[in-house]
Amino acid sequence: MSEQNVFALPNIPTPSTPVSFNPDKCTGCNNCVETCPIDVFIPNPKKGSPPIILHAEECWYCGCCVDDCPTPGACNFNWPLPLKPRWKNKETGEVRQV
Amino acid sequence: MATWHEYLRDEGRPPAWPYQIQFGQEQLIETDVLVIGGGISGCWAAIAAARQGVRVALVEKGDVKRSGSGGPGCDHWCNAPANPLSRVDPDEWAVHMADRTYCNGIGLQIQNREDFDTLLEMEQMGGKIRDTEDEFLGAEGRDDETKFMISPRYGTIHSYLPDPHMGEPGFNPPEKRNNVVIRVWGNTFKPVLKKECKRLGVQVFDRVMGTSLLNENGKQGARVIGATGLNGRTGEFLIFRAKAVILATAGAGSMWLMSMEHGGYSNMHSRNINGDGSVMAWKAGAELTMMESTGVVGIATGLKHKWYTGAGDASYENVPLVDAKGRRLPYPIQGWEDAGAMVPAPGTQEKVREAIMRGEYELPFYGDWPAMAEVERRATWNLMLTEESTTRIMIKTMNEAGFDINKDLQLSYKFIEGNSLPQWGSGGSGGLVVDWNLKTTVDGLYAVGTQMFCPEDHSYAAATGRYGGRKAAASVKDAGEFELNRDQIEAEKKRIFAPTGRDRGIEWKELHNGLSRAMQYFVSEYKTETLLKMGLEEIERLEAEAVPQLIAHDPHKLMRSIEDLSMMEYAKVIIHASLARKSSNPRMGFNRIDYPEYNQEEWEKFLTIKLVDDKVETGYLPPRYWGDMKQQYEAYNKDYTGVYAPGN
Repeated sequence: MSEQNVFALPNIPTPSTPVSFNPDKCTGCNNCVETCPIDVFIPNPKKGSPPIILHAEECWYCGCCVDDCPTPGACNFNWPLPLKPRWKNKETGEVRQV
Repeated sequence: MATWHEYLRDEGRPPAWPYQIQFGQEQLIETDVLVIGGGISGCWAAIAAARQGVRVALVEKGDVKRSGSGGPGCDHWCNAPANPLSRVDPDEWAVHMADRTYCNGIGLQIQNREDFDTLLEMEQMGGKIRDTEDEFLGAEGRDDETKFMISPRYGTIHSYLPDPHMGEPGFNPPEKRNNVVIRVWGNTFKPVLKKECKRLGVQVFDRVMGTSLLNENGKQGARVIGATGLNGRTGEFLIFRAKAVILATAGAGSMWLMSMEHGGYSNMHSRNINGDGSVMAWKAGAELTMMESTGVVGIATGLKHKWYTGAGDASYENVPLVDAKGRRLPYPIQGWEDAGAMVPAPGTQEKVREAIMRGEYELPFYGDWPAMAEVERRATWNLMLTEESTTRIMIKTMNEAGFDINKDLQLSYKFIEGNSLPQWGSGGSGGLVVDWNLKTTVDGLYAVGTQMFCPEDHSYAAATGRYGGRKAAASVKDAGEFELNRDQIEAEKKRIFAPTGRDRGIEWKELHNGLSRAMQYFVSEYKTETLLKMGLEEIERLEAEAVPQLIAHDPHKLMRSIEDLSMMEYAKVIIHASLARKSSNPRMGFNRIDYPEYNQEEWEKFLTIKLVDDKVETGYLPPRYWGDMKQQYEAYNKDYTGVYAPGN
């Protein structure tokens, strides 16, 4: 932790991570980069690595990057905090959320 | 590492722009038919034109594979009265649907006549339109012979024209259903449309936004002979020379939205729609109408919940609603009980509100999925909501998180989120005036889908796109000789690339916010001449003071910057049209405080607006300027050959 560089950065746009990548599964094929109609992602300069989320706040949460990903589990959808749906079990009343 | 910030932390520097920068470099493309916008209507237009044997180029801001509001899917093919199970006559149904003051009778007639053919062609290409795996045997509306899933929610009175008894139990028995709407697996559609474009040799230009139309001799109002485009990854400047141009973009989605942090998830339509096509046509001299109408984004604001609400919460789809104590609420459930009532019968909402205040119902409300019949529950969750659009990913992630339609009640946001705020406005039904060829008022220029005034749904976009593509292709043989005007191209190039030549200035988000404020204050539901003129002055001030400072460091930001300029122009058209309509009209979301009288007969007409020598001119069209819908359609389509025969 202490070894990390600390940069002076502007605030991160919100929401910042519409999807997350599992680096163990993602092959860096960039199918999501090409599928996304918005250009939320750019290819990672390191070939074979997950794309970089560049325009996070422009995402319209269509989910096509995740749906069309050829490697299940490589690219995962993140609900923005204010939009997370809630439900409760009809029998027990237990409340859950995504 | 996933985000830009993480990359910076790990690498100590930001990533280089990954695409070759080509600001201002030119590429000239010669084609017969140019289609601008690669969503549903644009794809169908390109395919239909290519099937006529002409050269076609298709320009799309994203990637055609999943772009546009219909990119992720579509669950209802909405007006296919020519299907064999239909109980209504297509021509009569079209007239019935058009029996309201502000609608597009031309588009409706095309949709009603050709929608089923279009759907069958969708199936030819590989789109799934039937329950071939017998997943939903026994569901209401499923036909065992054709395996079509007819939507059971619609009666023989269209839901635009609600019957006072709509929503009452037993109101929509099977024999009174129209069988016009077919539930489909629309997530399969867009990729196969792109594949068909490629198979037919359509030149697809992904990541290119159209920026302007080119007129013969560079003169506003003269025949359209091409267009310019900007590549949002490279900054390349594309020049298209075409014998006919089809506009297939959409309206402006976020003019009233203050925070661009919510620009993406606050819109039920694609983030990429910013009125570019309408503004291009406007500057080229084409006539628009209905621009003074505005809607309110009541179902898609990031400060609320995400459209499509049926998935994110239980407030809109088939599921019955109960209160916190499990008492059933008197809301319709859009199905066999209530003849397609998408909203409660008049007065129901108020009765529920009063009952809440008296303590008879307890908030919050829930969607009672377990109360539904098993097959309907699955058909609603797994077909309707999974295929509808951006809902697909919601359903998937909710399932993964443990939501169980057989056991769980889903929270509804009714009442607890309050009412929509007026600043969450949206463009209304404004669009281009078209004739029975879907040609605009400028020669060489066609409009399809949402580019036309008073547009409808996904299947409307498909059917009108297919029709417009056919008509535009038929026109190219008469194009003759023409030359592009270099002065017009140079002027556009200067306009587009100006933000790249500055060291400091204002970025696109702030300019957008400036426009949003002008719209929120001066183009709200409270309109007066004074306020509207202040809005115009505010935008003109932004143009004079802020636009010359607009700065874009990369091609993507340049694209967003040019979108801002489109939206500012679009906003001005709205204001000019609003000034010209001196009467109020609730159906248009149009309230003039200084002209408060509603529904005056002399104002029951389309207000048209266009530029002539860069001066705004307004005019009028009668409410049903399209004439007899059946007769006109038949007169214009004597050569229509029906469903495409593959191999041709």
